[in-house]
Amino acid sequence: MPLAHRLRHLHTDQPHLFLLALMMILALLSINPLTWLVLTISGVAMGAMLFLMASGMTLTFGLMGVLNLAHGAFISLGAFAGATVMTFWMADTAEHADLLVNLLAIVPAMLFAMVVAGMVGLVFEHLVIKPVYGDHLKQILVTVGGSIILMQLIEVVWGANDMPVPRPESLQGAFIVSDAVPLIGGIALEKFRLVAVVLGLAVYGLMLWIIDRTRIGILIRAGVESREMVEIQGYRIHWLFLGVFVAGSALAGLGGTMWGMYQEILSPHMGDEMMISVIVVIILGGLGSIRGCFYGAVLVGLINLYVGFLEPRLAAVATVGLMVGVLMWRPQGLIPVIKV
Amino acid sequence: MTEPILSLSGIRADIAQYHILHGVDLVIPRGELTVLLGRNGAGKSTTLRTIMGLTTVTDGNVRYRDTDITGWPTPRIARSGIAFVPESMGIFGLLTVRENLILAAVNGPMDEARLDWIFALFPPLKTFWNRPAGNLSGGQKQMLAIARAVIEPRELLLVDEPTKGLAPAIINDLADAFEQLKSQQVSILLVEQNFNFSRRLGQSVAVMSDGAIVHAGSMAELADNADLQHELLGLALGAHQ
Amino acid sequence: MMNQLLSGDAPRSGILTAVLLLIVISLAFGPFLFPGTRAFSTLGTICVFIIVVSAYDLMLGYTHIVSFAHTMFFGIGAYGIAMATDGMGNSFGAIASGLAGALILSLVLSLLLGLLSLRVRAIFFALVTLAVAFAFLSVVTQLYNLTGGEDGLRVRVPRELGPAFRPFDQPLPGFSVTRLITALVSDPGNPLQAFKGAIYEFRFTGRELMYYVVFFLSAGIFLFLLRLVNSPFGRVLQAIRENEFRAEALGYRTVYYRTAVVILSALLATVAGATFALINRYVNPENTLNFELMVFILLMSVIGGMGTLYGAVVGVALFTLAQNYLQDLLRWVGGYTEGIPLLAQLTGPDRWLLWFGLLFVLSVYFFPTGIVGQFRLWAGRRRRPT
Repeated sequence: MPLAHRLRHLHTDQPHLFLLALMMILALLSINPLTWLVLTISGVAMGAMLFLMASGMTLTFGLMGVLNLAHGAFISLGAFAGATVMTFWMADTAEHADLLVNLLAIVPAMLFAMVVAGMVGLVFEHLVIKPVYGDHLKQILVTVGGSIILMQLIEVVWGANDMPVPRPESLQGAFIVSDAVPLIGGIALEKFRLVAVVLGLAVYGLMLWIIDRTRIGILIRAGVESREMVEIQGYRIHWLFLGVFVAGSALAGLGGTMWGMYQEILSPHMGDEMMISVIVVIILGGLGSIRGCFYGAVLVGLINLYVGFLEPRLAAVATVGLMVGVLMWRPQGLIPVIKV
Repeated sequence: MTEPILSLSGIRADIAQYHILHGVDLVIPRGELTVLLGRNGAGKSTTLRTIMGLTTVTDGNVRYRDTDITGWPTPRIARSGIAFVPESMGIFGLLTVRENLILAAVNGPMDEARLDWIFALFPPLKTFWNRPAGNLSGGQKQMLAIARAVIEPRELLLVDEPTKGLAPAIINDLADAFEQLKSQQVSILLVEQNFNFSRRLGQSVAVMSDGAIVHAGSMAELADNADLQHELLGLALGAHQ
Repeated sequence: MMNQLLSGDAPRSGILTAVLLLIVISLAFGPFLFPGTRAFSTLGTICVFIIVVSAYDLMLGYTHIVSFAHTMFFGIGAYGIAMATDGMGNSFGAIASGLAGALILSLVLSLLLGLLSLRVRAIFFALVTLAVAFAFLSVVTQLYNLTGGEDGLRVRVPRELGPAFRPFDQPLPGFSVTRLITALVSDPGNPLQAFKGAIYEFRFTGRELMYYVVFFLSAGIFLFLLRLVNSPFGRVLQAIRENEFRAEALGYRTVYYRTAVVILSALLATVAGATFALINRYVNPENTLNFELMVFILLMSVIGGMGTLYGAVVGVALFTLAQNYLQDLLRWVGGYTEGIPLLAQLTGPDRWLLWFGLLFVLSVYFFPTGIVGQFRLWAGRRRRPT
């Protein structure tokens, strides 16, 4: 297909790429190019963290039609669990200036956050979600209730006050691109954002590989299409769902840890605040779609940074406006996978 | 009659508040193809779904080989060797043909020889191997649906109206496939509206009406008796091409 | 007469009737029965939230529409009054124009939300309303020169509705139920003394006047809604709830009905918000727009009993009392659990929401029809013993 033809049909064939390109071009026209570059990288970093937080929720909905409004509580939980490892257990290694030594604190913190969020997810699925499969109204109600309980339990364990999180020494500050480099010389890129981008892309790549190439992935995609046929083929859909739910909770925990390190301060309600962005992301992408979730996250990250730079007061409105606009254009989201 | 592979006795089943099956008694002989006939709404599809554990049985029991499988969860029934092709075919349209078959091979990687046999039966599956199954034509989807059911050796096949809406040439291909399966001693329960297709393949036959079996016997007997056909099915032979 | 007032939809349970009577009497004679500013603000909150929650129940309980934008409309009403009195002074004209502006804004926004719900599936609607309400909250917080931002706005009410206005020259007599009970419990041998101690005097000011405005408004709206759900319109809503497809097949344009419900509910929430601003005289994002407040409305609606309207009254009363007084109870329990590490944490006075959340989840599982539904179930069983 000739390139011109493909470009002309981009908005119908690849609506996510079309929207992404449109947004970046519009931003480039109104912002100085160097600033634009920094904003874009920061936006992608935010998108990467959002993707970690949102991917579990979109898959949970796609697979079982379960809308888990308590997902935000898992983000908070992961943030606190990770921060606990960083501040209390491994304070010495986290404050060390060497990246490798820092990793000794960061990696266990992330793993611990994932384990805690995953375990709580296991219990939560069993006690709260399993009894109300198939009933959307009750799901909304019990997951809201479950969210209250989880947030309260977080307050019981970690207290109701905000908690500062020291960012590891080696991730503080920014890389300054040498002036000798043409075009982008002299710009500063925050190290932590670069780490977030790398980690987000790695998880996205890993998830795409699992979803596209492995038997589990085929099974998940099949389950999103038809639960009953998956059972008829001889697979227990509930175990599959449980696995996805636990993995999704663990990823929310990982995203929470990253977000906590990024914000350098935690509150038990940070998950609720993130839930709005998470919801916009999964609606934008199309419920149940991993690719859609990724592009949705990047779009939300970018619009937040671009609009936040131009007029900070309008960032949230622009985010929600983007969602409403996309819904008017494509009611199923950018990359729909389920038709109900 | 040979020893049955599956027998239903006194099966009652409800869907929502409606009583669909009112005491179904049915015996599927081992190694034969049994056709289940009956008008729309007689409960044929519900009978198949009930065997698969997709509809809850309120009374009666289902025996498969020597085991009572009443109330077993669907995946367990499937893994015990019963394959089910629903009327909608249940193809995963966003998955490729290959991925559909990978999933159907529950016990691990697909057997190459068996796959070659399936390709010989249904050549289009080889042609469209890496295409999304949703892009296949209706007949090709039905081929894939049946291929999924037999990608691993199964003892009993439940197939719901495979010829529905298909062109005669494709119906012929399907009939050949069922002949081959019969020759491999696979037991088959086929729900059909197409009487010619049923008569060609079926060894025994059962007729349903209003949620119960009203006639069971050999296909030859029913095929030769136009009055009985008229009484049970309300159609004359050959009226249903 | 009573039956007509209740539109033929009686409580249908002895206990429920008793509880409702208790609530209505406490509210009707509130200032005469419960002295103190804390009790006064609790009474006012209950009246306001009966409007909010019964309007919400019209959507959630009668039509199964889950919206998280109810607080947005509540906030629009509250901020409408606050901003109008802030800009135009404390006149009734300011209140009227503030309310009118708020109603128009709510009408437009709820119409847009209703239209959006045509484009998207029902489950999306809940998420979309959540996001829109959040965007609204962020706008209100950011536009601090208009709204006061996080700090909010004081509401300057007309003199007639403020504490300086004294319609009666003499203080009025009151009879404190709380003091009576406390005295009877602590000193059961001396009932006469307890009765005497319970009598008090208070000044009837513009604040009490405002309270009665809210009380009668709340009662009027409640009876109106009761009439509405028992009208043919209400029956269509319930048909949509049971089976939208079938209602559509019967020839009802379910779209119009759903949109009408969303709009009506939004307008009533706006009115409630306006009265809240007038009686609370202080408006900020936390007490009008917060997501937590939205969750509270959901809790009240579900615990009271969805789709009964009476559930709204019971739920609001119970929740508001819990919010204000469960902390006292927990403080008391805390006296016993002090020193036991985890238990002391779990029973701390700040943990009342934990227990309410637990109660909420359990009630969704075991009493999906809420308190009212459960009362009616018991009453039905007693009438027809099996």
